Order: sequence, then C-alpha cells, then structure tokens
Amino acid sequence: MRFMIMVKATADSETGAMPAEELFTAMADYHEELVKAGVLLDASGLQPSSKGWRIKYSSGRRTVVDGPFTESKELIAGYTLIQVKSREEAREWAKRFPAPFGEDAEGEIEVRQLYELDDFEPGESVERFRAMGVSTEE
Amino acid sequence: MAAPDTHRAIDAVWRIESARLIAGLARMVGDIGLAEDLAQDALVSALERWPESGVPDNPGAWLMATAKNRAIDQIRRRALVERKHSELGYELEALQEAAVPDLEAAIDDDFGDDLLRLMFTACHPVLSAEARVALTLRLLGGLTTEEIARAYLVPTSTVAQRIVRAKRTLADARVPFEVPRGVDREARLSSVLEVIYLVFNEGYTATAGEHWMRPLLCEDALRLGRILAELAPQEPEVHGLVALMEIQASRARARVGPCGEPILLLDQNRARWDRLLIRRGLAALARAEGLGGALGFYALQAAIAACHARARAPEDTDWVRIAELYDTLARIAPSPIVELNRAVAVAMAYGPEAGLELVDALAPERSLREYRYFPGVRADLLERLGRFDEARAEFERAASLTQNERERDLLLKRAAACAPGIANQP
Repeated sequence: MRFMIMVKATADSETGAMPAEELFTAMADYHEELVKAGVLLDASGLQPSSKGWRIKYSSGRRTVVDGPFTESKELIAGYTLIQVKSREEAREWAKRFPAPFGEDAEGEIEVRQLYELDDFEPGESVERFRAMGVSTEE
Repeated sequence: MAAPDTHRAIDAVWRIESARLIAGLARMVGDIGLAEDLAQDALVSALERWPESGVPDNPGAWLMATAKNRAIDQIRRRALVERKHSELGYELEALQEAAVPDLEAAIDDDFGDDLLRLMFTACHPVLSAEARVALTLRLLGGLTTEEIARAYLVPTSTVAQRIVRAKRTLADARVPFEVPRGVDREARLSSVLEVIYLVFNEGYTATAGEHWMRPLLCEDALRLGRILAELAPQEPEVHGLVALMEIQASRARARVGPCGEPILLLDQNRARWDRLLIRRGLAALARAEGLGGALGFYALQAAIAACHARARAPEDTDWVRIAELYDTLARIAPSPIVELNRAVAVAMAYGPEAGLELVDALAPERSLREYRYFPGVRADLLERLGRFDEARAEFERAASLTQNERERDLLLKRAAACAPGIANQP
C-alpha cells in the first residue's frame, strides 16, 4: 500500500527560501533510509504558491486565480511517496520524518493513504459499481 | 497507546528492523539460525515491555542492544560449558573475554554489508529453490511464517519445516556468513536475483489457485530488489532485475479484468498502467545500461518490457526491436521459452506465417510439450492464419495444461470462439 507524506507549507517556505544546510542533510539522510529499506517511490519539494495558480469551479464556470495564496497551512510544500506493508509501517516511517523546517521551527506533516487495487477478489457490491461504470479504485 | 495498537506498532518496527538486526547478529555469532533466534528473543522482550513502557524513540537500537546482550551471554555460557569439558579452560576464557569487545565494535559498523551477506547466505545454492525463497522472505522480507504460507497457499507447518531444515543445511554445510568474491560472486549473485524474481513471478502470474495475481508477493519482491540495488549499486544485473519488475508491476492494474480474469498485454487499457513505476523502471534500466550491463539476462528482458511501456498504443510497439532483443536473449540464455517468445515477436513484426514457422521448428522440444504457453502461442498464430480447427484444438490443449483457473477460463473462451460458424466473423 502507498502513503503520501505531505509537508504543510509555512510563511517561510512560501518565500521560496532554501532550507538550511543542516535541514537539507537531515532530509537527505531520512530519504536515504527510505531508499535503503526499499520503500521510497518518489519525493519532491514544491515551489511556492506564488508560482502556481488555482482554478475554481462554480455554477458551470471556471475561474483561474493566480498565486500566491495566503492560508499557508492549506498549502503543500513537498511530498514523499512510500510503499509499505501496513498502515502501522507507514506510521512508523512517518514518525521518523525530520521536523520539516528544523527542530526548533513550527511545522506539520500529514499522511494520507492512496487508493489502489489491493485485492483482486471484488465483492458483489463492488461488481455492481463496476457494472455501472463507477470506478471504485481511483 | 492501547495494547493491540502497541502490538501492531511492534509488528511495523519488526518489519523495518528485523533484517538488519538478524544480519548484524549473524555476523556476530556466525550462524543465521541462532541470529534469528536471538532477534526473536529481543522481539519477545519488546512485546513484554513496550505495551507498559511505550515504544522507545529508537526502537531499532533497543532491539539490537537487547539481542546483543543475549548473544554475549550465550557466547559466555557456551565458553563455560566448553571449559568444563576442556583442559584449556582459562585460556578459552581469556580468549572469549577478549573477543566480546571486538564483537561489540563489529556490530556497530555499517550494517549494509551484513544485509548483503545475509542475502547471499539465504540464497546459497546448497539450498533448494523453495528453501531459498522461504528463508529470504522470512529473514530479509520480514514476513512471518504464516504470511509466507498464505502467499504460497501451503500449510504453515510446511513453511516452518522448510525454514528449519534450510537453517540446518546451512549450518551443516558450514556456509560462511560472507559476500562471495571472485568468480564465485557472479554465480552466487544470479542465485540471489533468481530468488527475488521467483517471488515476483509467483505473485505476477500465480502458478496455482483461483487468482491470476497475488500482488503482495510482487510488492515483497520489488522491495527486496530495491534494497539489493542499494546494497550492490555497482552490479548492472541488479538494476536490470529491478527495471524488469518495476515495468511489469506497472501493468498490474491493467492486466486483471473486473471479474478477476487475465487481460493480455495487447488488450490492456494503457491508461491504467502506472506511469510512476514505468518511470522508475526506465531509470533502473538506464542505470543497468550505464554500468555496461545492456546485454544482461534481466536487462534484456527489461529492455523488451520497456519497448511495450514506451508504446502509447499496441500498434506503436516496436516489434522489430523486440524481435532483435529476443534474438540476443536467445544467444546469451538459450531456452525454448525464449525462442517461443521470439517467435511471437517475429510474428508481430513479420506476420503470423513467419512466427508459426519458428514455433513449429520448436515443436519436438521435450521441455515445451507440457509448457502451457506453447500450445497457447501456436493456437493464437493458427487463429490469425484462419486455421480455426487446429487453433481450437491447441487452445483446448493449453487450457488442459494450466493450473490457474482464471487462465483456463480465458483459454476455453478463446477455443469456443474458434468454433465453426462464428469462426469467420472478425
């Protein structure tokens, strides 16, 4: 099963400032551990929202809104995608994630599980959904 | 944290830490059976204490320290027993006392080499293929005996016995806990790769049972392969194998229909292929080729898989290139099965007639007679040539040879589609 560890943005990360050397090393060490354990699938930092945009959908209309966006807690500054054996294993790896902006700085990560085809023995109701053309996997 | 939660957390810690724990201990005591016992003892201590005390900050170090203390106790006890039977008593004691600090220092070294040693030992050719698989999943994959038994649809006692016997065989044969060097290394490495690929294949195309795939085994194999790629980054074939598994795994979602039936490569919905795994596979293949390993057994197969992965639609497939790659593969690793695949590629590149010619040239091959894909391929080519009666007979023969129920259904369906009357419809 796959889990995404998301690092929530902060006012500081939104400035696009590069992390301190020490933090860089901690992150590199952690991700190296993930690679050695064969669980890392993908990881990347995201550029600040000032370089991104949003598209809002409302009553059949779409509006493009350019960044930056102010509510930094709602923003993602980076992600790490892992593939593990169990939810508890994901939790254990997440617990080892370095403080995302340094030990003394405020920070938050959030972990979410990805939907996937984890068994090939669909039940009757799953079959009905599939027959209706509704994807139960993604 | 409630006790069941702690137990699940301990399971997770075990999954993460057990391989290096056992590897480090095996170097210390020189016996993987004993090393596993020591690691298990440490796990039991954790199960006793952690629900009360909470999971320590560095659970891996805790387990290692606990197991290490037990190991040192054991070594001392053994020395004591030997002293009773020996005239050399005091000398031995002096030796053991001197040895203990060395062992402590040794175990704190980089554990990567130990993991590699453990992999080579668990896949030692003195063991049967089944024993190597069971031992590898257990010691390196961190799977329990029950999990292995469930994955292979055999009773737990069978797997347990297999593991006990394997450990005894290793001890009896005095297999050293080391990474082989020189000429030996290559052969031993291919044994490791073979074990990982066996696990992957059992998951990818289950040989028996009612399911076509057992994806958890594929994930276990991929994880072992990715770990090995970090332990032996200079070995091109390791990356070749990882590339092959990543690309094949990328199709997992697309190769099973809604009722669990297999969907063949060319009929798959390519939008359901996992682009992330394809990207990882192509990167691993580039790594293998960059190390001069383009002609490796696994790298060649990965290159073939990559041809499919790069084609956006079946008709974009570079069959000429695939036929060439099979040709090379047939030269470095000649086998009737590779020839059969080459025939399929040739048929796609140059027409069914050319393919059938190659297949029929293989017909007397004894090992192919009971191989379920042989009549299947022949049937497919005959069908494309409009020779429906012969095609139907071959599909039925293929169906009688498979033990996988899903596959049998598919083959019988195709046989029925060759029936006179509907035969001439597109």
